[in-house]
Amino acid sequence: MLALYLRDLRLAFRAGSGALTGVIFFLAVIATIPFGVGPDLNLLARIGPAILWIGALLSCLLGLDRLFQADREDGSLDLLVLEADRHMPALTVLVKCLAHWTASVLPLVVAAPLLGLFMNMSATGIGATTLTLLAGTPAIAFIGAAGAAVAVALPRGGVLISVLVLPLAIPVLIFGVSASYGAVNDPDPFLQPFLVTVALTLFSAVVGPVAAAVALRHGAD
Amino acid sequence: MRLIAEGLAGERGGESVFSGIDLALEDGAACVVTGPNGSGKSTLLRVIAGLLPAAGGTVRLDGGGAAFPTVASASHYLGHQNAMKPALTVAENLGFWRDFSADAEAKPGLGVEEALEAVELGGIGHLPFGYLSTGQRRRTAIARLLVCHRPIWLLDEPTAGLDKASERRFAGLMGEHLRGGGIIVAATHLPLGLERAVELRMGLAG
Repeated sequence: MLALYLRDLRLAFRAGSGALTGVIFFLAVIATIPFGVGPDLNLLARIGPAILWIGALLSCLLGLDRLFQADREDGSLDLLVLEADRHMPALTVLVKCLAHWTASVLPLVVAAPLLGLFMNMSATGIGATTLTLLAGTPAIAFIGAAGAAVAVALPRGGVLISVLVLPLAIPVLIFGVSASYGAVNDPDPFLQPFLVTVALTLFSAVVGPVAAAVALRHGAD
Repeated sequence: MRLIAEGLAGERGGESVFSGIDLALEDGAACVVTGPNGSGKSTLLRVIAGLLPAAGGTVRLDGGGAAFPTVASASHYLGHQNAMKPALTVAENLGFWRDFSADAEAKPGLGVEEALEAVELGGIGHLPFGYLSTGQRRRTAIARLLVCHRPIWLLDEPTAGLDKASERRFAGLMGEHLRGGGIIVAATHLPLGLERAVELRMGLAG
């Protein structure tokens, strides 16, 4: 299993992979917002956490279509499925998700504090948003895996995956953003929505890979 | 160990491509599946491997023991694709499959370098897989069969893209596998150089 994780990480950082596409897209979205919204610093600071979260959510969806498709095209997916008796399929999917998250989503979380400065956010706000992103984005990767597995056989499945995954990822967005707001706006709570975000991540860490494994099993053709 | 298929039927896109296939292969037996294009050779192999559901009949493995409870767990499947990543080096690709497929209860396979030597690709382990020629890629995929031991080899057009010398070498590797008590089911158009292989003609009865 460690071998699979390391292989996927290596692949992500080798030439020709799209791991950095997400970060660049994230950067582009956040850098454009101040131009569109205008130089109202208070407004920017107020919408900052939400914009960071929406940007991160959309960037997460970008690389998802290649999660299983790359393996399917070169025949690796068949072999991963054949190893089902030694490595539980859901666990294989979970490891692939974790590698995908480390390579493509963790850079977004790392870039978030810098981009928070663009949005004139306070230090607390930046810290809280980064923390909620760190806790919440794995959920998007796990839910996304189920979408990616369903669309694995479709050549242009990227859009379909986004449409499938976005509604399911909305709760993560809602609680992630409300926790970020809770940290800066005094009467609002931080801890409760943050814990719900964590719970959503843990929940989808179980349900997502199992659903994806079932979809891959029946989509193998 | 005994690989048994009874009344096996397969379909592709809802249409039946073969039915009533019976097979019984003992240790050291080989079966060559032949037939025109579209007669269901690849589908048969995928059904045996368990990658496609059988439309009828059963496939089972007798005497696999704890190490190999199912056909899938006892099989190496070599499909049309080589299951290697162009961006990784040959040694990294093989090393990954060696680590991932390793089984504590089965016989250990060859080392990556030894396996490459066996297909006469020694010394190119450091090259990215994407730099290799078609034949070299196929030989790397064949080396994957050697890095970890599986008693059953399911081979789909294994010699596609190989030159004469490589074909002979591969025949030697298959012979060695059979002498070691392995089972081979190969779909092919070309003679594989296997002695005593049972031939299964597709597309006549089905």
